[in-house]
Amino acid sequence: MAKITLKNLRHSYYTNPKGPQDFALKEVDLDWQDGGAYALLGPSGCGKSTLLNIISGLLVPSEGQILFDGNDMTTATPDQRNIAQVFQFPVIYDTMTVRENLAFPLKNRGVDPATIDQRVYEIAEMLEVTDMLDRRAAGLSPDNKQKISMGRGLVRDDVNVVMFDEPLTVIDPHLKWKLRTKLKELHQRVGRTMIYVTHDQTEALTFADQVVVMELGEVVQVGTPVELFERPAHTFVGHFIGSPGMNVLPAEIKNGVAHFYGHPVELEGPIKEGTSGKLEVGIRPEFVGLGDTGIEAHVRKVSDIGKHTVVDVEVGEHRVSAILNGAPPAKGDIVHLQFKPSQTRLYADGWLATDVVPESTATGEDAA
Amino acid sequence: MALVLNNITKVVRGVTHIKPTSLTLEKGHFNVLLGETGAGKTSLIKMMAGIDPIASGTVVMDGNDITKLNTQKRRISLVHQFFVNYPHMTVFDNIASPLRVAGMSKSEIEGRVGEAADILKLGPMLHRRPHELSGGQQQRCALARAIAKDSQAVFLDEPLANLDYKLREELRELLPELFADRGAVVVYATSEPEEALLLGGETALMVDGKVAQFGPTAEIYRAPSSLMAAQVFSDPPINHATVRKQGSAFHLGEVSWAAVGDAAGLTDGDYTVAIRPNHVLPNVSAEARVAVTGTVGVTELSGSESSAHFEFGDNGWVSLAHGTHPYSLGEDHTFYMNTDACLYFALDGNRVA
Amino acid sequence: MKTENQKAWFFVLPVLLLVAFNALIPMMTVVNYSVQETFGDNLFFWEGLTWFEQILRSDRFHAALGRQFMFTALILIIEIPLGIAIALSMPRKGFWVPVCLVLMALPMLIPWNVVGAMWNIFALPDIGLMGYFLNHVLGINYDMTQDPVAAWVTIITMDVWHWTSLVVLLAYAGLVSIPDAYYQAAKIDGASNWSVFRFIQLPKMKNVLTIAILLRFMDSFNIYTEPFVLTGGGPGNSTTLLSIDLVKIALGQFDLGPAAAMSLIYFAITLLVSWLFYTLMTKDDLN
Repeated sequence: MAKITLKNLRHSYYTNPKGPQDFALKEVDLDWQDGGAYALLGPSGCGKSTLLNIISGLLVPSEGQILFDGNDMTTATPDQRNIAQVFQFPVIYDTMTVRENLAFPLKNRGVDPATIDQRVYEIAEMLEVTDMLDRRAAGLSPDNKQKISMGRGLVRDDVNVVMFDEPLTVIDPHLKWKLRTKLKELHQRVGRTMIYVTHDQTEALTFADQVVVMELGEVVQVGTPVELFERPAHTFVGHFIGSPGMNVLPAEIKNGVAHFYGHPVELEGPIKEGTSGKLEVGIRPEFVGLGDTGIEAHVRKVSDIGKHTVVDVEVGEHRVSAILNGAPPAKGDIVHLQFKPSQTRLYADGWLATDVVPESTATGEDAA
Repeated sequence: MALVLNNITKVVRGVTHIKPTSLTLEKGHFNVLLGETGAGKTSLIKMMAGIDPIASGTVVMDGNDITKLNTQKRRISLVHQFFVNYPHMTVFDNIASPLRVAGMSKSEIEGRVGEAADILKLGPMLHRRPHELSGGQQQRCALARAIAKDSQAVFLDEPLANLDYKLREELRELLPELFADRGAVVVYATSEPEEALLLGGETALMVDGKVAQFGPTAEIYRAPSSLMAAQVFSDPPINHATVRKQGSAFHLGEVSWAAVGDAAGLTDGDYTVAIRPNHVLPNVSAEARVAVTGTVGVTELSGSESSAHFEFGDNGWVSLAHGTHPYSLGEDHTFYMNTDACLYFALDGNRVA
Repeated sequence: MKTENQKAWFFVLPVLLLVAFNALIPMMTVVNYSVQETFGDNLFFWEGLTWFEQILRSDRFHAALGRQFMFTALILIIEIPLGIAIALSMPRKGFWVPVCLVLMALPMLIPWNVVGAMWNIFALPDIGLMGYFLNHVLGINYDMTQDPVAAWVTIITMDVWHWTSLVVLLAYAGLVSIPDAYYQAAKIDGASNWSVFRFIQLPKMKNVLTIAILLRFMDSFNIYTEPFVLTGGGPGNSTTLLSIDLVKIALGQFDLGPAAAMSLIYFAITLLVSWLFYTLMTKDDLN
């Protein structure tokens, strides 16, 4: 168990990187607290797998340091770091039984047989695989194989961190949910640091207490799921998290008031001083309502997805999505949009450019 | 004008893979096949495409029996879960290949490829080869090939399954528009309930090699004909428990509520009640009033929604609510059911109210 | 569906005809010979199973069969582990991969009789490169035309040189198909190099190794050209393998009946052992 610190990490797959574009990771500074449930979220190619491999020791960074409890581990091997990793595709030892698979990491470290038996049994109970302990691992279904892979990561009680690299890729959707739940439960039971790498916002937000959002080799925001959802620090986070993502609409400031398509838009708070550049208003579909007055829009599409309705409207050439409960408008209707002020923000060159007024602390209860 | 399946079956070495299936798949909207892996979606698509043999029954396209017609001679397109393109050809040639086979003139091919590439934003990549494209672009190339071809039927077999989450969202948005005016029957297989709802149209729920229910997507979501259908069409899984009806009320352990609507007419006895997680809420409201208490297990927060698993009934139950709610592990929490949203099933699984 | 099936038969027909001409008809001729005695002029006398009995009881057959099994066993014991070892030490990516692959493939491209002739010259004690080196530089008394041990060492070495590449290429194909995640997982699990080999590489190579063993068994068990060109079966009968003996009986002595019976027994043994290998090596997959 250890606190993991990443200091000024940079990595390039080229031997002689010529500029920032050659870096898969551009300057990463992060602290991972002991026992936390973290997710590393971003689209493919954002550098999250590179970062993961650097933490696990499969890759040595071009620049910077990795510290475990303050000790420099930058060049230590995966074995020396006492970490565990679960891969995208289940890695199991085909010729071994489930029991032997689970015991393997312990056996390699010379743990005594009685302790091995006990640990394997505990983990098998947790993963609900006790009844298949003596079966050959090769014959298991993908989800059970992935459980065994996870089990091998969890069976050692001395690991500093367990890392999951898109572990649910090959799992059926209806089982994904179960396995995700299992993972969360395991974290709550064993209290070990876990880092979960994924491109799937649902997986990231449901698993983690702290989510690290990455794009183009940089960390864009670190926060709790609620923070990321409610107050994205960057339009990328707003767009990437949420389904559909945040509406990002072109804006301009006239007399200190933000305007979208000629309509004044009330924001969550004052605009930061010195704000300039490309201005955009960000509002989540959850906080776009319909009313008698407001920005006039034309309904393009109405999708009833059971628990609510997603309505796509057009304001001029700009598309806006709204999530509505209750009776939705029909396609072709003219509606009036109302943005909930406490959830409406201004972004300059992508970055958040409004401050919150202290008394109007937004909570999730406000969600429409 | 439709693709009609009349009692088609698939039997492999004496084992029935697809039980007698009849469907009428219309043009003009998406026809979604929704089911878990192994439910028979891909088998059914392969049978419709003429790739896999049909043991019995007929496939009729626009009034013509095509059961015995070779795949090559059917005017169909198929897009797979895996990105299937010709690796040695450029994007242009990939899209053009079925048109060349059809013997189209050069100018017509150029026109069609250009149009398809425009819609799928592949214009600048026409001269590249598939390995120079990202996963999303490769799949767009496969889709462009499907729309450029003048097909009577387009089969999409989980086309978005291997794409990044956000790309999936973008393409899902694009797909219905893409095929809207093509005059082809569009069949789309997916294992995700939400995807089916987003695509709309009609949905066939597949369970164990047969169609459990078929109808307009939102309608069968709201009115599943069986417990099985309700389970297939729910993510997270639908909550269920055995209830006893006595007089004008249902009793579930110590919890009871009034039987209203169709449920009021049920004879006394045991039933299975099912209620979607979004109708089991952590706060009391005008709709959600019937209290159930359970020990909270895992809780998940996805930003806009939070879910809590709690021990209740025979199985664990799940509550899914907008916003964030403070739960703590192992603590008893009271949730409120909107019993108007309850679905009732006879013990054999058929819906009764 | 019916029309399609008939069409399929139509396409398969040429192959069936080819197999019939290539295998079935010659084999029936052999069966025909094996139960009769002939003195030429197309005169045949019915002999029943006499030839079979005679062959199965003959010491000469037993000796040749023993030599054949010994040859095959030795080359399998050497080539399979050696092939795996070479495959393991080959680079998995980069510039040297194609170079290694081409080098490996070279021996297999040389015609069999050329291989025999090459090694024959190579091993000549006075002028052959190897023969001269062994005799005159190292001072080892080596002459495969006189010494049975030297003859055996030479034919085994020749076969290893000629065919280990096949095992290497197959094993290599198996190795490169193992995803990196397995190696990474093993590192993290603290597995030793031996464990990685035993629990990841070997199991993942199993299918290709099955093919390698089968191919090497069948080829070496039926080997004729190379040892015939190299040693001609000598000195004495010390390297007279079953195939060489068979040709001696058939063409040398023109005993067509016994030769035919021997061919059939030979064929049956090859088939039986191949089947045994295959069943043993794939039996785990069935569970």
